[in-house]
Amino acid sequence: MHLHKYEKWWLTFGTAILVVFLVVVGVTAVHGSTHPNQSKWTINYEEVDTIAPFDNPGVHKVEGKDWDYEVVLVASAFNYNPMEIEIPVGSKVKFIATTKDVIHGFQVAGTNINMMLEPGYVSQYVTTVDKVGEFTIVCNEYCGIGHAMMYSTLKVVE
Amino acid sequence: MTIAIKETKVSQSIHSKTLNKTKTIAKVDRKDAKLALAHMYVAFIALFIGGLCGLLQVLVRSGKFQLPWGIGYYQVLTVHGVLLGLVLTTFFAMGFHTAAVSRTCGAYSDSQRKLGWVGFSIMTIGTTAAAIMVLLNEASVLFTFYAPLQAHWIFYAGIALVVVGSWILALMQGLRFAQWKRENKGQVTPLLSFMVIINNLMWTVATIGAAAVVLFQLIPWSIGWVERIDILLSRTLFWYFGHALVYFWLLPAYMVWYVAIPKIIGGKIFSDALARLAFILFLLLSIPVGIHHQLTEPGIDAFWKFLQVTLTMFVVVPSLMTAFSLFATFELRGRELGSKGIFGWFKNLPWNDCRFLLPFIGMVAFIPGGAGGIVNASYQMNQLIHNTIWVTGHFHLTAATTVVLTYFGAAFWLIPHLTGRKLTKRINNMAITGGILWTVGMIIMSGAMHIAGLFGAPRRSEYSTYGGSEQAAEWISYQIAQAVGGTILFVAILVILGVIINLLWYGPKGDEEFPVAEVAEGAAKTPMILENFKVWGVVLVALILIAYTVPIFDILTNSPLGSVGYPHLIGR
Repeated sequence: MHLHKYEKWWLTFGTAILVVFLVVVGVTAVHGSTHPNQSKWTINYEEVDTIAPFDNPGVHKVEGKDWDYEVVLVASAFNYNPMEIEIPVGSKVKFIATTKDVIHGFQVAGTNINMMLEPGYVSQYVTTVDKVGEFTIVCNEYCGIGHAMMYSTLKVVE
Repeated sequence: MTIAIKETKVSQSIHSKTLNKTKTIAKVDRKDAKLALAHMYVAFIALFIGGLCGLLQVLVRSGKFQLPWGIGYYQVLTVHGVLLGLVLTTFFAMGFHTAAVSRTCGAYSDSQRKLGWVGFSIMTIGTTAAAIMVLLNEASVLFTFYAPLQAHWIFYAGIALVVVGSWILALMQGLRFAQWKRENKGQVTPLLSFMVIINNLMWTVATIGAAAVVLFQLIPWSIGWVERIDILLSRTLFWYFGHALVYFWLLPAYMVWYVAIPKIIGGKIFSDALARLAFILFLLLSIPVGIHHQLTEPGIDAFWKFLQVTLTMFVVVPSLMTAFSLFATFELRGRELGSKGIFGWFKNLPWNDCRFLLPFIGMVAFIPGGAGGIVNASYQMNQLIHNTIWVTGHFHLTAATTVVLTYFGAAFWLIPHLTGRKLTKRINNMAITGGILWTVGMIIMSGAMHIAGLFGAPRRSEYSTYGGSEQAAEWISYQIAQAVGGTILFVAILVILGVIINLLWYGPKGDEEFPVAEVAEGAAKTPMILENFKVWGVVLVALILIAYTVPIFDILTNSPLGSVGYPHLIGR
């Protein structure tokens, strides 16, 4: 099919930028291990309270793993357990979270810690907390009439 | 050719610059016009009620206003999303399609048209059923109706009827198109009708996903025939449909840009072949991309998420082709009118013609809209904005500005064309005022949504201070800005509805043109491969199988205990 000369340039330029962009996104994902949550861990969502580690929600210091802390969190309509999380700045943290009922969100506002929590699945995300401050954890998926009342707090301390 | 095109004389209209003083115009058959108009009534009633709900939402989120009479925020939000996201768009698209095929292929046969009325009636019954359930507070599940929040089964059945009705309308349009092909063997099909068929094909293949989740999962589960359903499967099927849904809204706008706008400015279509190729690329890249809405979800492997991200991004190619074609048309026309310099042609565009101005604003809004879309689909970057109000800001640029302003621009000629009235200078000015108000309101509202979203403010949430959180306090000034923008937008809706009412019932009788441009001389001949639906159908199915087979197999084999329904959480 005939293409106008300028259109050829335009499409070549556009497609080239697209390919560069996808390579950057792909390489940072694979080499920088910046994949979003892709956990395949399944759980009986009706028995969450009795299944480890969710029988003991909270912040746990761990040894011998690639991360320093594990944050275990249980969401249910309309609250998070625990209500407050405190972690020293600079730690590498694994967030492990699930829901006891409907779909909830788990977002540390203003950061890229953001996962869907779906019944029957455990969501996981590893990151380094590198900024001191108090961050609000919000439920960002509509979960019913009390949805906007659902929050927790992440305190990153010196 | 058995086409009942009436040739009518039309006298000088407000667009005298672009029309000859007297000219014969092709008209949509009167009976077909009634069917198309029926869709417009529903679409614009939806605009009014949906817009009113939008106003209530921004007021609630400002923290200065509470809903009276026990009306719930999420009930209002469900009405807003269902009416504007599903009803306005689907009815407008199907009404526009109906008229477009009649205009370019010729009038429907009586039996085809009967089919169309059946489809329209089923869509309207479905809409009414779903609306009643929402009003009774039996279905405050938002327009994405994610399980395991559980609505009344009649709500899901209503949605299913809307889909089934739209299939019957697509069948009517397809039958008329096939008839044209039989009667004009070997000829290139009318571009506008070809585009309608592509959009219907995409819609039909995509809605199979929505129909599957509604018919096989949600309805049996909400009636109580089955106790539990697979949540991740339901979401994956929903998004198999969900992204194509937004292209289904967008493509009628593209039809207006490619086919009607060149005629309105007095120019020609830059290339018939490139226009068709762009539509085929949209078709192929619309469905095997839905998982980019599920990037932060568990249970789906990174590889398949990234593959669908890649397929999503390739929509950049038809988008760039479209931008090139449109601006080439503008420039060619401007130079024809004697423009000098690199950008001189810009001045010669008909800025005071609402049929051009509103769609043009829509095109401009698609630049930041598309850029934001790239952010959304960008794998890791998605985590910063997923389910924040940034996303709401994004689709208020794409759907609620690009698409809707183009629909308005089209309605300004389509409705008087169908009713046999005229778009007068006065109504034209009123329409321009509406368009400018819309733009101002949207810049404020969508801008504030984008910024607050970057700070982490969630979407789909009523006013909350999150226990006095400092971060949430920062979001509130942006929520007040959203209320200001949203109020201006509601005023714009009232002005636009004033225009529509005039065009439906009060404007002076006359003939308004249904603009369909010709292809520019010297444009390349259209290769027949572009008309071969079998080839593109096979490619589409292959892409869908590649993108979805393994993820769905994984979901089925790795599935946890299914979910029971939670009707009480939505106040049932």
